[in-house]
Amino acid sequence: MSRFKDLQKNLFGGTTSNARQFGMIFTLVAIVLLFQFLTARNLGVGFGDGLTLRSDNLIALFQQNSYILILAIGMLMVIVAGHIDLSVGSIAALVGILVAKSMADWSLPWPAAILLGLGCGAVIGAWQGFWVAYVGVPAFIVTLAGMLLFRGANQFVGNADTIPVPKGFQNIGAGFLPEIGPDTGYNNLTLLLGLAACVAVVWRELQARRTRKEMDAEPTPMWVSGIRIAIMIAVLVFVTLRFAGGRVGTSFPISGLILVVLVIAYSFYTRNTAGGRYIYAVGGNSRAAELSGVKLKRVNFFVMTNMSILAALAGMIFVARSAASGPQDGLNWELDAIAAVFIGGAAVSGGIGTISGSIVGGLVMAVLNNGLQLLGVGTDRVQIIKGLVLLLAVALDVYNKSQGRFSVIGSITRPFRREAPAEPASSLEAGSKPAKTTVAG
Amino acid sequence: MTTSPILLEMRSITKEFPGVKALSDVNLVVRSGEIHAICGENGAGKSTLVKVLSGVYPHGSYSGEISYQGSEIRFSDIRQSERAGIVIIHQELALIPDMSITENVFLGNEPRKRGAIDWKSAQRQARDLLARVGLSEDPDTLIKDIGVGKQQLVEIAKAFAKDVKLLILDEPTAALNETDSQHLLDLLRGFRERGVTSIMISHKLNEIEAIADEITILRDGKAVETLNIKRDGVDEDRIVRGMVGRELGNRFPDHVPKIGEVFFEVRDWTVRHPISAERLVCKGESFQVRHGEIVGFAGLMGAGRTELAMSVFGRSYGVYLGGRIFKDGKEIQLKTVADAIHHGMAYVSEDRKAIGLNLLDDIKASTVAAKLSKISKHGVLDEVAEHKAAEAYRRELRIKAPTVDEGVSKLSGGNQQKVVLAKWMFTDPDLLILDEPTRGIDVGAKYEIYGIIQRLADQGKGVIVISSELPELIGICDRIYTVFEGQITGDIAGRDADPETLMKQMTSTKKMQAR
Repeated sequence: MSRFKDLQKNLFGGTTSNARQFGMIFTLVAIVLLFQFLTARNLGVGFGDGLTLRSDNLIALFQQNSYILILAIGMLMVIVAGHIDLSVGSIAALVGILVAKSMADWSLPWPAAILLGLGCGAVIGAWQGFWVAYVGVPAFIVTLAGMLLFRGANQFVGNADTIPVPKGFQNIGAGFLPEIGPDTGYNNLTLLLGLAACVAVVWRELQARRTRKEMDAEPTPMWVSGIRIAIMIAVLVFVTLRFAGGRVGTSFPISGLILVVLVIAYSFYTRNTAGGRYIYAVGGNSRAAELSGVKLKRVNFFVMTNMSILAALAGMIFVARSAASGPQDGLNWELDAIAAVFIGGAAVSGGIGTISGSIVGGLVMAVLNNGLQLLGVGTDRVQIIKGLVLLLAVALDVYNKSQGRFSVIGSITRPFRREAPAEPASSLEAGSKPAKTTVAG
Repeated sequence: MTTSPILLEMRSITKEFPGVKALSDVNLVVRSGEIHAICGENGAGKSTLVKVLSGVYPHGSYSGEISYQGSEIRFSDIRQSERAGIVIIHQELALIPDMSITENVFLGNEPRKRGAIDWKSAQRQARDLLARVGLSEDPDTLIKDIGVGKQQLVEIAKAFAKDVKLLILDEPTAALNETDSQHLLDLLRGFRERGVTSIMISHKLNEIEAIADEITILRDGKAVETLNIKRDGVDEDRIVRGMVGRELGNRFPDHVPKIGEVFFEVRDWTVRHPISAERLVCKGESFQVRHGEIVGFAGLMGAGRTELAMSVFGRSYGVYLGGRIFKDGKEIQLKTVADAIHHGMAYVSEDRKAIGLNLLDDIKASTVAAKLSKISKHGVLDEVAEHKAAEAYRRELRIKAPTVDEGVSKLSGGNQQKVVLAKWMFTDPDLLILDEPTRGIDVGAKYEIYGIIQRLADQGKGVIVISSELPELIGICDRIYTVFEGQITGDIAGRDADPETLMKQMTSTKKMQAR
């Protein structure tokens, strides 16, 4: 066990947040393998022929969940800043119908329609951001109002009807990377994408090593970097081949590509820029942030506006995939997005959470959903299970925090995690007490 | 006095926190019907001792024995101790502002009649209790509508509602003005005559001398002595000697100031309260700071020192009504905190946990939080630069943590304060405003903080220190302003200042002084 711990510490870094991400990824992998096994057993075939990891299932999984995951990106930032957004489903529906109508009634070309949709999202977001940031109405109320408002607007604009969208537009939700180049038996662009990802993994590892060196930190042993790269590349190669080797005409979905680009961009923004740091500062302690020169209103306005733009994008992708916009689009999406963020380790009180965590959280829910459906479990029971998973994940988080530890699903893997960081006596000066006890005496 | 029976005896109490012994082998004997004072410096273990007694730290989390009314007690929570008649009134009052006096007095202890709260009886009892503590207010008045002195009395009434036998007051007069304090002390004397025993934790030695029968002095978690005020002829100096364990004098590092020209000036600064429009918190105050000068602001709680500092610091408090700020001879506009930081100002707040730090952050993120532009290019952060900057401050200020990746919530008060100082030193300020920079930190860390303040001044920066501890201001400041009710009432050179003069100016306007 302790050797496993050492290995884990070496491979995934020793800090608590890394341990948490390890826990979540571990959980995701475990769930995937579990469903692969169960679906295979159901059909009476070998493990390799289970349904979960089949090309068509993976592709469908991505297509069906890309818009929820896009929402989770925005929602993570909203929640980190200490707010919540209940209106994203309604915004998605309203933007969907506006875009569909603009193409049907005014015969707007689809690229222009997409820009129009994003613009609508920005306007709606500015509206909500105004109330939250500049008037000071709690986001819960503003977006609850928005949820009603924009749902109603969707049905008003569309007459509660379904409006189809043209073929070109459908690509952003239902399209795949096209077939080009020589016939390799695989989709060439998907292969290229996988190759690029592999290169990126190696590059990042080298970059991380260089950073550690510059910080005069103890360098990561070479073999650790090697194993880390090997695992990542193995996973990437497997996934790439699955996506590239599906039914002819299918490959890595365009919506998945949009998602990947957004995840990379927003991860960079939240982790590596001053603007991203401000969001965490506001959520962690808004007054302290304000007194450090952070423009509170601007940050709040930005996260709310950004959320609505992403909701608009998600709405358009959904409309494109279902080839039409309807009055029931985006129903309960906000709940899925919020669940993904919390399962992904964000704190209810704000200030804590990562984009990658939320994506993994969203994938946990998606795989659960998908796997249960493959097993023929009815939607009633699927909902019950999903509800319990959400509750359990956050309850574990709360429990762990009361124990002075972090992590959500990481705790499922408690035996594998390093011990909660013991307070080294040397790090505390005499007279110090645990944070809660104020030293008044 | 010594003939009265022993009510409470705590024997060999030892309480440890990870890495530190807060109490070691403490003995305390309290006799029935006396007022027993507990004194000691910050961090000496006074609050910890009281928390052990009242069950905040349950039996088993400490070692030692407590006997009360002749039998041994083992409280596992605060409810049990309250049932036994031991009630603590904390420094921070535990009242709910939007509830009435009656509701607060009986909170968690409501008189019932067939399951429902019997408000009639509650009101009647509340009236009696208020009479006992000498408070003539309608029991239906909301807590937020009465002053802090009266709130203190409501707390005491609440204790009586629980049939108190041993009343413990933690710094009861810290937030009160002279009149209210006097009233409270009279009340305690009255209780003594009626046989109620009180334990009083206080920093105000004159009050202790005036009211207590016995005094137990704690130092570094040990009970160094118990004195009988009358028999032993105890006076303030005697108490101080016991608390500090040495003569005063070396509490402040030696320092030769290098004072230059005036570079920062505020004129006629007028600010009103953020909510009530007619309340002025700064009434046309003017002050100056020179290069290399440590300027103190003395004043009682509520005098408007913090309000003045925060309103100057980018209008982060109240509503600006008028006044001008000059730096290096030029008038500057500081409308936001960002403006203030840009013009080389830094404000280290008095409440580092509530508004000074993001407790979710680690040391490195906290260090750079107020000036991310220094470690970023086009908004993109440079991790390595961040790490190096934080590491440099960790070494310079001797922040006790293994690495700068340590979360600030895990640090002790003194080290947290150093992180806040690092955060503002990182912004390269010309003027630092330090609001209660040593509140709640122990003597050793205080000495280090004073050293840091002096080093900053030696670099030619101006430093403003706001403090409620007059000896601290006298010890480190080159010049001290006194503030009373939103007005600057005095301007004394540090070497000429003594507590009496300062106190006089802190409690009266210039006109009153002239009389």
